[in-house]
Amino acid sequence: MTVREAVAELVHDGDVVALEGFTHLIPHAAGHELIRQGRRDLTLVRMTPDVIYDQLIGMGCARKLVFSWGGNPGIGSLHRFRDAVENEWPQPLELEEHSHAGMAAAYAAGAANLPFGVLRGYRGGDLPARTRVATIACPFTGEELAAVRAHRPDVGIVHAQRADRHGNVQLWGILGVQKEVVLASARSIVTVEEIVEDLEPRPGAIVLPAWVVDAVALAPGGAHPSYAHGYYERDNDFYVAWDGISRDRDRFRSWMQRHVLEAAATAA
Amino acid sequence: MSENGYSADEMMAVEASRRLTNDSVCFVGIGLPSLAANLARRTHAPGCVLIYESGTIGANPEHLPLSIGDGELAETADAVVSVPEMFSYWLQGGRIGVGFLGAAQIDRRGNLNSTVIGDYARPTVRLPGAGGAPEIATSVENVFVMLRHSKRAFVPELDFTTSVGDNVRVVATDLGLLEPRDGELTLTAVHRGVEAEDVVGATAWELRVADDLRETTAPTHDELDALRALESRGGSTWQ
Repeated sequence: MTVREAVAELVHDGDVVALEGFTHLIPHAAGHELIRQGRRDLTLVRMTPDVIYDQLIGMGCARKLVFSWGGNPGIGSLHRFRDAVENEWPQPLELEEHSHAGMAAAYAAGAANLPFGVLRGYRGGDLPARTRVATIACPFTGEELAAVRAHRPDVGIVHAQRADRHGNVQLWGILGVQKEVVLASARSIVTVEEIVEDLEPRPGAIVLPAWVVDAVALAPGGAHPSYAHGYYERDNDFYVAWDGISRDRDRFRSWMQRHVLEAAATAA
Repeated sequence: MSENGYSADEMMAVEASRRLTNDSVCFVGIGLPSLAANLARRTHAPGCVLIYESGTIGANPEHLPLSIGDGELAETADAVVSVPEMFSYWLQGGRIGVGFLGAAQIDRRGNLNSTVIGDYARPTVRLPGAGGAPEIATSVENVFVMLRHSKRAFVPELDFTTSVGDNVRVVATDLGLLEPRDGELTLTAVHRGVEAEDVVGATAWELRVADDLRETTAPTHDELDALRALESRGGSTWQ
């Protein structure tokens, strides 16, 4: 299946969609396909919204963002995200924000088919009043703990290094919440750098069996400007350049027109 | 660069690095904290364990990473774990003793704001948000804050409290050090060439000055050499 076909078949307007990848293996190619196919009213979930979410938000795909840290790592602001929150451009963006620990617990609970995750967190401060978190008592010790509602996205999308011809997916390096989001989501799409005959074992690698993944699509370079460990490095220069491209609405739109809307889908 | 032959930011990074010891296990954020922690490993605390929230435990990067998830962190780490495991088994598990935090605003109790400037619903500036800060602030015993000193940053009232200051042990700034005394951040040291009144003037609350105010030790040649070697091999550091 191509990325275009996978997105057309599995992602619908209004869906809750989580594209994950913690700095590493961010599914940019799939995100660009969402933009090209003009998806609207999405609730976008992601621990660390960065450039691909800046693009989705700036192109008007998102109604709501569920997240814990939205910035350009090591550089500064996400200007399209800020423009949406501060000026409602191109449209208002509803926020549900968490801490990293809360997001991770919510994904793990979703993967485990539990209604909520539990953690010792969200203590003090103004965040609890602004997000979906509740306090529960430990039934054994009485300790007060935080409960976060499980993430159960309609669609989970991740990028991985490779898959075999049966659709088993192998990834390694920084794993983030890749496994959790695939298992927590009703449907899942995995884009990969390459499809191989057999998956050779690798130190530290995990395998997502074919039967928990709905679509595997070939997308070489599909994580760029993030990276795919063992294939290519993070394009730090691009992240620096994005700061300038994204600051101005017109410059952003013309960049998107040229590099995303008019570009062919990867391996389509 | 001042007449001292080093910059105020370098002084801040050096002084923060001195807070780490050879047996510190340290949760490191990107930017200045990463520079300070890596400097400690290259000078007085080679055994210090660096943990990045991306899941890399015992990272030993040759180059300063631009992001918390650069490939080199994974390549040089003793172990790479998933993000849920990092926050539950390691941070919540109480296995990390030191955490560095930065912020846009700090108050006299060490509470930090990295969420919004202005009203939450219609902010003047939407900042990145909490990230790992709320649980780092309450899970580690020693929170070190690094922040450039200004009246915009050192405020009487935060616009939003992202993380609480109960465990803040020191705030290293480009002017000096603040430490809690009787529950209030107090100026306990100034860097060379800085007067207490300069720091009071750069703080928007009435900053207390310790009776035993001291001067920090200027960076040594070894510290500056190690710092500049890291900077020259790094990406963007001063964010």
